[in-house]
Amino acid sequence: MRAIVRLAAWLYAIAIYGFIFLPVVVLVLFSLQATSFPIPPFTGPSLRWYQAVLSDARLTSALVNSLLVAVLSSLASVTLGFLSAWGFARFVLPGSAFLRGLITLPLTVSYLIIGMGLLVLFNWAGVPKSLVAAGIGHVVINLPLCFAIIYSQMGDHQINIERAARDLGAAEWKVLLMITVPVMAPAIFAGFFLSMTFSWDEFVISFLLTRFETTLPVEIWNLLRSGLNPKTNAVGSLVFAVSIVLVVFFELTLLRRKPA
Amino acid sequence: MSAPLVDIRNVSHQFGQLPVLKNVSLAIDPGSYTILLGPSGSGKTTLLSILGGFVTPSEGKVFIRGADCTAVPPAKRPTTTVFQDYALFPHMSVGGNVGFGLRMQGVDGATRAAKARDALALVGLAAAFDKKPHQLSGGQRQRVALARALVIEPAVLLLDEPLGALDLKLRRQMQDELKAIQKRVGTAFIHVTHDQEEAMALADHCVVMNDGRIEDEGPPERVYARPKTRFSATFMGESTILAGTVTGVKNGIVTASTAVGPISLPGASPAGATVALAIRPEHLALGEAKRAVALGSAKVGDVVFQGSFKRVLATSTLDPALQFIAKASASATVQAGDTIAISCNAQDMILLAD
Repeated sequence: MRAIVRLAAWLYAIAIYGFIFLPVVVLVLFSLQATSFPIPPFTGPSLRWYQAVLSDARLTSALVNSLLVAVLSSLASVTLGFLSAWGFARFVLPGSAFLRGLITLPLTVSYLIIGMGLLVLFNWAGVPKSLVAAGIGHVVINLPLCFAIIYSQMGDHQINIERAARDLGAAEWKVLLMITVPVMAPAIFAGFFLSMTFSWDEFVISFLLTRFETTLPVEIWNLLRSGLNPKTNAVGSLVFAVSIVLVVFFELTLLRRKPA
Repeated sequence: MSAPLVDIRNVSHQFGQLPVLKNVSLAIDPGSYTILLGPSGSGKTTLLSILGGFVTPSEGKVFIRGADCTAVPPAKRPTTTVFQDYALFPHMSVGGNVGFGLRMQGVDGATRAAKARDALALVGLAAAFDKKPHQLSGGQRQRVALARALVIEPAVLLLDEPLGALDLKLRRQMQDELKAIQKRVGTAFIHVTHDQEEAMALADHCVVMNDGRIEDEGPPERVYARPKTRFSATFMGESTILAGTVTGVKNGIVTASTAVGPISLPGASPAGATVALAIRPEHLALGEAKRAVALGSAKVGDVVFQGSFKRVLATSTLDPALQFIAKASASATVQAGDTIAISCNAQDMILLAD
């Protein structure tokens, strides 16, 4: 009886992990296909489709665009998120709880709605579709995230540390740069890497807000319109690899926080 | 006497509707060690925050070295604070922590390091320069916080319950060191505590606070031997409090009627006033009429052995509301349940207006 329960538990675990990871495994496996169709039987391994991706100017420039948008929008998100977290944590503001709720609200709104809203707004304001517009969209979705992460880590025990710095003669901007930012570094890095991850594979907003120059997810979508081939698998695997690296950085920085 | 280094004039403060300081005035002399002693909620920490510039008082003024500092921010006033939780910068080395104040003053790296090393040597931590705060023990962090605050040579050093987080043995040891360091550097220290032993051991000037007011201030010997109010008689060391009404005053001798009969003692008070007679535990004699003033007999409730003495709690047989707190020698044979006579000398009783 007990053996059956154990077996069932194992089967369940295998089924769950298979369900989650099989698509990725298949994607990566057939990116190494030697022939022209990403369907069994497996004919590889071969790196020819990776070579094809890296020699495709449109894909590589989209990859660079994606990196640029991810880095710059994440920098903006984490900076603004940090400053608002600091403001909410350190100053008594009227309607503080309401304003805090308002700032995290975009987390619950679908990307499609945010993207459409921005499209209408930019149209009206005369801002052309561009990578900058997509970057602004990514700040809209990632700022609440950075705020929430940093605010949750900004406890009262840092107040005295900031006070001590002020007491020893530090001007306010020096307190922020020399004390608060280094002390909050784990949360700040965590916010940055999570924003990078989200911006890196964000599709809807980039699709709506870019035109000629675009990001990698949008370019992959373009590629998919002409049907499956191992090249899409290869570029998908690259996107996945970068995401994994970012998530690992995120976990490392967040879990490493304050050894108390 | 020289002009006061710190002059607090009629300071009041409230948090919202709650008054925490009520018209407090206090002068602090250069080079003195002042203790603000009081229970939690007495306003002592708020007063320290006002001195440090972290709180601007609702009313009143604070002068430091003759300059009005009431609304001057902490960065610009000649005070530094040693925080209760030390508030060391966790991402900087000990040397970086101690040198921080000098760095803010624009002192160059070499001078900074040299001064930081001197300050660390002063607190006995010369070897810790390159360590990180989390590698140090509580007592060591305390010393780093002290060095960090002293290195920029403040006019006044403020200490917010600096020994509160340390264990008893370490606390007594740090107490002696604090006093020695204060004498060596000559800076005025203002130290907040609720520990009356700490207050007596450290203070040149002891300020007893309660409910937003200064109850008593002066040298600790005086505050202990001759407390000015009932509160300071019971907070700074223990006392037996005997309630009474003045029935006569003649030639500097006050006679009061109490639960244990009429008592005459030196002092001055208008006839008819209700008074409290405070008696320190060591001034109560147990056993048959050993001293001039008999205080009746009492039933011993509890005897607590304290090492060098026994603390005796007894209830008067004449008035169950009257609790005697006495100190008996360690070899005394008194036991719980005994009924004993209690007496004291008239000059050891402290006459307090009630």
